[in-house]
Amino acid sequence: MEQLLQQIINGISLGSIYALIALGYTMVYGIIKLINFAHSDVYMLGAFIGYFSMTTLKLGFLPSLLLSMLFSMILGVVIEKVAYKPLRNATRIAVLITAIGVSLFLEYVTMAIAGANVRSYPPLTGILTESFNLMGITITMQQILIVTITVVLMILLQFIVKKTRIGKAMRAVSLDSDAAELMGINVNSTISFTFALGSALAGAAGILVGIYYNSINPLMGTLPGIKAFVAAVFGGIGIIPGAMIGGYFIGIVEVLVSGYGNSMYRDGVVFAILILVLIIKPSGLLGKNTREKV
Amino acid sequence: MLEIKNLNVHFGVIHALKNVSLTVNEGEIVTLIGANGAGKTTTLRTISGLKKPTDGFIFLDGKDITNTTPQERVKMGISQSPEGRRVFPTMTVLENLELGAYLRKDKKEIAKDLEMVYERFPRLKDRRKQAAGTLSGGEQQMLAIGRALMSRPEILLLDEPSMGLAPLLVQEIFSIIKDINEAGTTILLVEQNASMALQIANRAYVMEIGSIVLSGKGSELMQSDDIKKAYLGG
Repeated sequence: MEQLLQQIINGISLGSIYALIALGYTMVYGIIKLINFAHSDVYMLGAFIGYFSMTTLKLGFLPSLLLSMLFSMILGVVIEKVAYKPLRNATRIAVLITAIGVSLFLEYVTMAIAGANVRSYPPLTGILTESFNLMGITITMQQILIVTITVVLMILLQFIVKKTRIGKAMRAVSLDSDAAELMGINVNSTISFTFALGSALAGAAGILVGIYYNSINPLMGTLPGIKAFVAAVFGGIGIIPGAMIGGYFIGIVEVLVSGYGNSMYRDGVVFAILILVLIIKPSGLLGKNTREKV
Repeated sequence: MLEIKNLNVHFGVIHALKNVSLTVNEGEIVTLIGANGAGKTTTLRTISGLKKPTDGFIFLDGKDITNTTPQERVKMGISQSPEGRRVFPTMTVLENLELGAYLRKDKKEIAKDLEMVYERFPRLKDRRKQAAGTLSGGEQQMLAIGRALMSRPEILLLDEPSMGLAPLLVQEIFSIIKDINEAGTTILLVEQNASMALQIANRAYVMEIGSIVLSGKGSELMQSDDIKKAYLGG
């Protein structure tokens, strides 16, 4: 029992990171129906910016978090403007292939500049290195930090999407971009804003995964990126609360499989879940089954 | 107030609008009728700026607005209730109406207009917290018109407001359109229900495969044999 609770606590920490990345996938899909494969590399670069901020610039954790979110935000907007906007009226497959191209570009440019070797993340200091016992379960301050930051960011995101003017514009564009345009909503800037939000969350996830796993490399985005994508599909792609639930679900499943089964299978199980979702409920947990209109 | 001159629109190789010219004067209800696929909706989409013309001009109050964005046109006083209503289905009725006033900053006046819309469509007030997708077809049409009014337009473009509605509701919608016009909003109405449209319109244009083939006073066109045969069922 204690072990189970312990594993779930670990799963929630990992799930937080998946959830943050999944939100970006799901928001971008919601608004332009694109699986943004470059998203996982924005996350990777977020981790690198955090690394340089804490080592070279010697900034603390929180300023580094903000810096990496800001950088990722700008990167996301630039990617959209340069690579996707010119293809707004192209077929979806053209944009999808472009996204894969952007992803590879970011990975190998990072490799060329920063090198391909694995870097170890600067350790946290002070109170953040401590941990405590609660009825036999160990909880580290690091885990509390990860979950707290994630929850704060999610609440902030919900507030922006539900209550603000630009949030309403985002929802309107994702529901019907022509009708949104008739309201006077600038569709292009709304799309940019969506990329900015999603990328900032990916940047935060990057720095959080750095302190969680202690190591980063230019290809680190691939697997977590795909898992976060599975999380988004699991929750119902395009649906924000779905990505949150999906992220935590995938995180917990992965940790439980490593803990009770065989850690060799932990990635395989995630993809088995994807296959099951696609067979049983392709629209995801919170998605409505809609019939394709003819 | 609104003038379109020699407008040509293409979809790829398809020449959808051929030298379309029409005028809507201040205070009028002008209707554009014609069969499915004649180019009526394309005309409205081009006026709103959703579709770029290949050539031709659009003037609003004498100003050339052909190269302006849809947002600028909403600001200048053009508002459209699109074909098929296109309300935002998972957002509430109130949120839909608020989006209609998206570009406005005058909170007090927005609140006034919201009251005005609720007065005109009391059912929307009762359902203001409900998701728009759960409304009946007639209510959604009222919401689409109310939403378009929330930008306080000078000219209101209505695309097929009677589509898919029961006859009684069609009557109601048309009398509402008349009321809105009498309250000072100029209206360009696209309709397939030609007889209803001609009854309330000051003037009418008839479209066939991308061109305007006939125009005149609403009452005159109703008497025309061609129109009777083609659009009024004998």
